[in-house]
Amino acid sequence: MPEMTYREALKQGLREEMQRDERVFLMGEDIGLNWGGAFKVTKGLAEEFGVERVRDTPISENTIVGAAVGAAITGLRPVAEIMFGDLITLAMDQVCNQAAKMHYMFGGQRSVPMVIRTVFGGGKNIASHHSQSLEAWFMHTPGLKIAVPAFAYDVKGLIKTAIRDPNPVMFFEHKLVYDKKEEVPEEEYLIPFGEAKIRREGADVTVWGTFIMVHKSLEVAEELAKEGISVEVIDPRTLAPLDKKTLIESVKKTGRLVVVSEETKTGAVTAEIAAMVQEEAFDWLDAPVKRVNAPDTPVPFSPPLENFFIPDKERIARAIREIV
Amino acid sequence: MNADKKTLVDLYKRTLKVRLFEEKVWDLFGQNLIPGTLHLYLGQEAVAAGVTAALKKTDWIQSTHRGHGHVVAKGANMNAAMAELLGKKTGSCKGKGGSMHITQFDVGVLGATGVVASGIPIAVGAALSAKMRKANEVVACFFGDGASNNGTFGESLNMAAIWKLPVIFIVENNLYAMGTPIKLTCPSQDIAARAEGYCIPSTVVDGNNALEVYEATVKAVERARKGEGPSLIECKTYRMRGHSRFDPAKYRPPEEVEFWMSKDAVEIIKKIAIENGALTEKETEKIRNKLQKEVDKAADFAIKSDYPAPEEALEDVFAEVN
Repeated sequence: MPEMTYREALKQGLREEMQRDERVFLMGEDIGLNWGGAFKVTKGLAEEFGVERVRDTPISENTIVGAAVGAAITGLRPVAEIMFGDLITLAMDQVCNQAAKMHYMFGGQRSVPMVIRTVFGGGKNIASHHSQSLEAWFMHTPGLKIAVPAFAYDVKGLIKTAIRDPNPVMFFEHKLVYDKKEEVPEEEYLIPFGEAKIRREGADVTVWGTFIMVHKSLEVAEELAKEGISVEVIDPRTLAPLDKKTLIESVKKTGRLVVVSEETKTGAVTAEIAAMVQEEAFDWLDAPVKRVNAPDTPVPFSPPLENFFIPDKERIARAIREIV
Repeated sequence: MNADKKTLVDLYKRTLKVRLFEEKVWDLFGQNLIPGTLHLYLGQEAVAAGVTAALKKTDWIQSTHRGHGHVVAKGANMNAAMAELLGKKTGSCKGKGGSMHITQFDVGVLGATGVVASGIPIAVGAALSAKMRKANEVVACFFGDGASNNGTFGESLNMAAIWKLPVIFIVENNLYAMGTPIKLTCPSQDIAARAEGYCIPSTVVDGNNALEVYEATVKAVERARKGEGPSLIECKTYRMRGHSRFDPAKYRPPEEVEFWMSKDAVEIIKKIAIENGALTEKETEKIRNKLQKEVDKAADFAIKSDYPAPEEALEDVFAEVN
């Protein structure tokens, strides 16, 4: 099995779906011939599929998403790219009022089979408008499915599932995982939504996290194992639908939970996870659920400031030690 | 005049059907049978009639918050439309949408939306889809003078123009965005002037004259089907009533109201049809009686229909994955 970067695996998933289904097309700013996407995910696809199906757009986020909605309800399968997750703010009406609600408010007359790809996260010193993690806004919007792949194998299987889903899917990536490599099958496979993955089994504490925090938590688990602390690490892979079962079963086994994400703390996805677990598994908890997040500030620019902002391994380890 | 007698009859029927539908809606509303609010299309009937008469059944329209007229003119099942307004299970949206989301997809309505200007990008996407599917379908996108001040207006006209999409932007300029007169919100009193900056041909027509609207739309449809791109038609029109449920519209000068009330959309197309020998006075009455019966039947159906069971609120959030 070949090793592939997350970027390559994602491109391979897009390519396979475009080959399989001619209704699938990509649209976004600078995704085509001249640039191949700000993070080079779509590089080469315009050459392969033509500029009609890998369509460069004007800088018009609300209309990019709105046009994807219009195309989706009339028989195509658009994959719209918003260059940075921060810029989805410009398209919130089309995402949250239109795409998310159409199937419901029109009484199921039409589904909206579309994918919106965008990228979250800091670590690149590009400051407050290019570094945020805004997953919670969308988890708070009924009608959207949300994928949060953190590994190369997952991103390929999940993008294929996302494109085939009849509903609007928010497909969130992270800037620091594009270069991470993993063995990825060349043949086709799909990963169903709503199935978390236990990345490491453990007995003493469960760590639930997203994106780059899954990678950091795995490193922390490795280090703490030397001290005799056995950490189970869960990667949800999708936030909507959310695999509650895998997490609840893990908490029933370990009795302790740390939730970790790069989001600012208040109202984060992790806050929802903590609330859900105390509601559904309170009797099994031997300690309060610990949250590890960024502070409630905009994402700062200067390296020492940004490094302070983003949760590091030390903070994850400290949170684990506090409840074990 | 390009319209034949058959078209004049069609225009009269569509205009009158919308009028009678809306009058019935107003009546039911007065009886407290319609929950929530309403944005009546009374006064603007000729716009929906003229545009939809120039479209095929397989063409699309994008509606707005003032959408009953668009949907009815496009050929919606009136029972389902009326039942939706009453919040009934038999409504086209199963009672989940109501007045602002009244939609019948199977007759070519992409949707009705409660967010002003949000339908414009969706229409552009449907037109992109028509072009990519090589379907030769045309999209007519309705919106008001107020919507033309929103960012999606510029974004969408631009995108439609660069990709030469088969979309027709129909501006229903009724001179007021809710209560704010266009004098205060637009540097030019013609929204059509804005199209030039996007290299889109535009025209201004009397929006209370269904024939004028129809003839302008026919040209735009032809251009769209030939792959020559979008057009914009500004229809000058006026609300017969206020913006919504409780708005008596006292902010409008009496002489302005009087002027527009004298330009009754139904009377105008009726006169044209009679003068051109398409209809006699007697025939117009016959049509009116027939349409009135249909509307009454729709109201009766809606009133007698059941409300949805409360727990149906939980259904339809997602489409099922096959």
